This record gives sequence, C-alpha cells and structure tokens, in this order.
Amino acid sequence: MRSFAGMISRASGGLSLDEALLRWEEEKEGTDARRLREAMGTRLDAMERSIVEAEEYRRSGRFVGHDGILLGRYVSQSRSLSGPFPLRACQIALAVATYNAAMGRIVAAPTAGSCGILPGLLFAYREIFGAERDQLLGALIVSGGVGEVIARRATLAGAEGGCQAECGAAGAMGAGALVFLRGGTAEAVAHGAALLLKSVLGLICDPVAGLVEVPCIKRNGLISGLAVAAADMALAGIRSVIPPDEVVDAMAAVGRALPEAFRETARGGLAATPTGRSLRKTLAEEAPDLEED
Amino acid sequence: MSLLSVIGPVMVGPSSSHTAGAARLGWLARQCWGDAPEEVHLFLRGSFAATYWGHGTDRALAAGLLGFRPDDPRIPEALEEARSRGLRLHFHAEDVDGAHPNSVRFCFARPGREMEVVGASVGGGAVRIEAIDGFRLNLSGELASLVTFHRDQPGVVAAVAGQLARLGVNIAAMSLHRGGRGEGAAMVIELDEPIDGPIVESLAGAHPALERIFLIPAAGGDLP
Repeated sequence: MRSFAGMISRASGGLSLDEALLRWEEEKEGTDARRLREAMGTRLDAMERSIVEAEEYRRSGRFVGHDGILLGRYVSQSRSLSGPFPLRACQIALAVATYNAAMGRIVAAPTAGSCGILPGLLFAYREIFGAERDQLLGALIVSGGVGEVIARRATLAGAEGGCQAECGAAGAMGAGALVFLRGGTAEAVAHGAALLLKSVLGLICDPVAGLVEVPCIKRNGLISGLAVAAADMALAGIRSVIPPDEVVDAMAAVGRALPEAFRETARGGLAATPTGRSLRKTLAEEAPDLEED
Repeated sequence: MSLLSVIGPVMVGPSSSHTAGAARLGWLARQCWGDAPEEVHLFLRGSFAATYWGHGTDRALAAGLLGFRPDDPRIPEALEEARSRGLRLHFHAEDVDGAHPNSVRFCFARPGREMEVVGASVGGGAVRIEAIDGFRLNLSGELASLVTFHRDQPGVVAAVAGQLARLGVNIAAMSLHRGGRGEGAAMVIELDEPIDGPIVESLAGAHPALERIFLIPAAGGDLP
C-alpha cells in the first residue's frame, strides 16, 4: 500500500484490514492472497521460535548481556511502575534483539536491528490478553502494511533514514498491530502508527563500534513500551493533527536531512562518545588481523 | 516492496547486510563455482573489511560457501565446519577504488581450475554478483538464473532464448554484457520457472559461440 489514506479507503468496504492488504498485493504483484497469508504465517511461526530460542539459549552479545532476564526478575518482585503487558513486551524485545546480536536466528521486522519489537508486542499480547493464531497473523499482516507505507514514502534503512526508520518504523508497525488486535478501525491503526512515528522523528542511528547492540537492543525494549502507549492513545480516539501520510513524508525529509554521522556510520552520537570510541577500539583489538595485500 | 520483504527475511543475525547478505553472497559464489570448493581466498572490501569480525561476516561468508542459507543456525560455527570438511579459507583485506562499500572478491582454486567472483551486499540482505572471471555483470539470484559466457556474435541470444521458448520457460529479465564488439560476452537470464541440469546441458549446444553456460538456482522464497 502506498498510503495510509489508500489503506483506510480499501478497508472501508466491509473487508477486514488484513484481508484488504493481502488483496491489494494480489492485484498488484499477482501473489495469491491465500498463499501470501500462509507465507506470513510461516514468518509468524519463525518469530515465535526466535522468542523461544532467545529465552532458552540466553546467549549474550559482545557488549550487552541479559537485560531481558534482569527485567523479568524485577517484574516478579511486583514493584514495577508499568503494567504487565508493556513490561513483558519490553522483556521479549530485549531478549530477541540480544539473540540477534549473538547470531541467533530472527525475523527482520522490518530490519534485523529492530527485530525484537514486533515479537515482543504480538506475543506478549497473546500471553497477557489471549489471542488466537489467526488474530496474531492478521495483526502481523497489518503491521506489514504499515511498514510498506513507510518503505514506499520514506525508508526502512538506518543507513538512509536513521533509527527512526528502523526501531521507529517497527514501533509504528507494532502500534498499528495492537490497535488492530483491539478491534480499532483502519483509521485508528494509521493514527496509532503516526503518533508513534511523531515521537521518534529524527531518531539517529549511532551504533557503538558499528555493532547492532548499543543502543539498538535497549531501543527495541523502550520503543515497545512507546508502541503500547501510542496504541492506547489511538484507541482512546486521539488523532494526529498532521495526517499520518504527511507524518511519514516528514520522516522521509528528516531522514534525508540527517548528517551522515547519524546514519549507521558509527561516527556520531553514542558511537562518538569516549566510551563508544573505547569500545570500538576494544573490538578492533579482538578481531583477528586480515592479511593486507 | 511487499509484505514479505517488510516482515522478513528469516535470518541469522546480527546484520542483514553484513551477515545475511554475506551468507547469500557466499552461497551464490559457490553456485557459480559449481560444486563444493576446496580452497577459497576472500578479499574483503570497505566496511566488510572494517567490521567483519563484529558482524560475523567471515562466518556468514564461510557458511554460504558451505552451501548454508542465511537462516541456517549453523552459521555461527561455519568456520569450524569448513575446517572439518577440508574447506581451506583465507581472509584478506583489499582496498579497491570505486568498489561497493560492502563487497568481497572470492578466488576459488583447485588444481587445474580457478575462478574469481566479485559480489556486493546491497542492503536488507539483498546482494548482487558484479563480476565473474573479470566479466562485469549483474546477478541478484532472486530468480533462477542462467549465466552464459560466449563470443559476441549474431544469434547467440536468439538461440538460447529460442530453446527456452520451445521448453515453455518464461524469461523474467535478461541482460547482456560484452567486452567489445565481437569479443567475449556474458548474458544473465532470469527465469520464472526452475529448470534442471539436463536442460542446461542441452542449451550449451544451442550456438557454437557459447563457451560456458551454468544455472544459479533461485534463492528460495517463502512462496511454494
């Protein structure tokens, strides 16, 4: 889908939003809608498997360890400020993003660097509120539709648009998915996504030592929480004053205007701090030398 | 851009371009070589050379050369796996003017045969082979692809395309590359339908100017 406006008008004919998105792709790409749903189901299953493996193997990254486990322990002490749903989503997001850093098998959604957010939101939702696989699959398809609008009007690559295009996009996709799971309209889905995007507009991509770890993993956790709030706001009837498509266009313009140091080059932001630089040096010293020819 | 490219690919982390793309490049290079390689020198360029260690690019490249896909959970142990299978790998850095920032040159060798393949990881796990044996071409490997090396002569394209037409195989895209008029040339033909080895062999006789023809299987998607 090229726009949220198109998405809303497609879903207005009594068709559920997920089905409307599948049929649009069928018309445009010739991909059979039923087979596409099945293929998305395979992705959903791979996402669930990434959570199971991440929580079972508990591998750590080079710089980031077991934040998901720490958070789980804290939740069990019943002193948490946030409720069980955002915290569980955050915990899963941290675990899956860490698993990615440790060369675990994940689903890029939309990217590897932001791979924790959607599994966190979808599967924490199932744990806390209960949901059938079909509902989660519908929500995953809706999140894909939101991502497609962002990809077509802006970008999903940190190297092009900064982290707003990766964790930001994943958060917008997740907010849309949650609104859908709660029975919100296509319009509310679009506004949930827009509210999230507006709050991360300009978020830079500044990976320490160039690795997908600092700050990527914790951003996966935090933006999951933000997505829950954006979905609740949209479900409450709160609307973005700037129409959702214009928000995405603004995001594209901001991404283009970002200096290169803030687009995945590991030369700005947190990567350029004294500690960031020192971690880069440590990593470089660890690496076996390549032969210069 | 489709739903499956937004939600996907399924891959071993941490980076779609430095890990998944690298595995895919190794796999494609192996397909170009044709069978299990015994010794490969890998020349990493740009950010592949700068950050290969942190992203497991070396392991991903090795995995691809072993025939593993980007979602194969054995990728982290691919260097050990290569050693145990007798695949000798040598990693080098090289600085090449104008090279893609995430690229690698593979040099395959065994007694009596050598091959050079240059490939780039172009983002989101997508890749392209840019040169084979010094020949510049453009091969993404998304669809099953035929690659020919031939002399630039009238009728080569028609001969190969004609045979494919008789077999009922639809061509999705094709590109021609030549050194100069009448000189060495290469052709990349992307196919909608997979074809098998015997068909490729029969295509080799389609025109006397054909020197070599081989098939790269499709990368394998989620749709049956």
